Amino acid sequence: MTVIQIILTLFAAFGFGAAVARFRRGGITLKQLSLWTLLWGAVVVVVLRPETASDVARRLGVGRGADVVVYLSIAALFYLQFRLFARVEDQERQITRLARELALKDLKE
Amino acid sequence: MEKRVIVIPAYNEEKTIAEAVRGALQAADRVLVVDDGSADRTSEIAAAAGAIVVRHAVNRGLGGALGTGIEGALRLGADLIATMDADGQHRSEDAKRAMDRVAEGDVDFVIGSRMLEKKGNMPARRRFAQFLGNALTYVLFRKWVTDSQSGLRAMSRHAAERIRIRSSRMEVSSEFVKEVVDKRLRLAEIPIEAIYTEYSLSKGQNFAVGVQTALKLILRRLLD
Repeated sequence: MTVIQIILTLFAAFGFGAAVARFRRGGITLKQLSLWTLLWGAVVVVVLRPETASDVARRLGVGRGADVVVYLSIAALFYLQFRLFARVEDQERQITRLARELALKDLKE
Repeated sequence: MEKRVIVIPAYNEEKTIAEAVRGALQAADRVLVVDDGSADRTSEIAAAAGAIVVRHAVNRGLGGALGTGIEGALRLGADLIATMDADGQHRSEDAKRAMDRVAEGDVDFVIGSRMLEKKGNMPARRRFAQFLGNALTYVLFRKWVTDSQSGLRAMSRHAAERIRIRSSRMEVSSEFVKEVVDKRLRLAEIPIEAIYTEYSLSKGQNFAVGVQTALKLILRRLLD
């Protein structure tokens, strides 16, 4: 096992542990926990047996396994970024509504 | 006689708010100042000058304040609503003329344009930014107005009840145009004179904010 494999496996284990802890505290749903488990599981598989990624790469018509990982990661990051943006916008609007209701509470004539 | 309310959104405008309120009171029955979470004495000074003041607990930006102001004006029973900036760049005669124009009944929404007549002293750089704002508003919302970023507007109660302001910040000016188009309201522009002082110039959109406003507008158009 190479050093990078150890580091990445530990990282995945840490990520999985964090997801479980959040689930226990009720921070995320069972569905979300399953998704995280799948994600970190896939990471461990790819880290310990890089040829799996190469397999997927061949099937998708991409040259190398490592490239597939990078492409998928970028797509996932963009998606997460988009969700974050949408959520922040949504919260901004809710705060505005809250500030508005508070401001207008005593206004009448 | 219909009831007229002028809405003035204000954020840290203690230097100019008193004069803005006193001017607005010449043109309307009530002046509603929305203090957008100012850290200075904007609220006290506006109230002392004769305005009804409502206050955001936290700063929400121009769009948030205007939304609150229009909602508040409706609750006050306004038949005609105008908005003006707090920095002293608008003249109350123009707000009155804008409301008079709406009162004629053939339009629902009036924008006071600084560009219809080349009055006033708008700096060239401003004029160019202005053009970009208009062009973007046209591309996104298919409506050409000569001053899409103007802070002086008037609308009927009918229009105010239909317009939904959702943006929090500067992109609100173009959002008004969008809402006018979407809700099939009738729009007119009247020429106004803007008084540019060093103070009011320091308060408007600078280049970075302008870019942000533009990006927000494009994103909103794509996502909605």
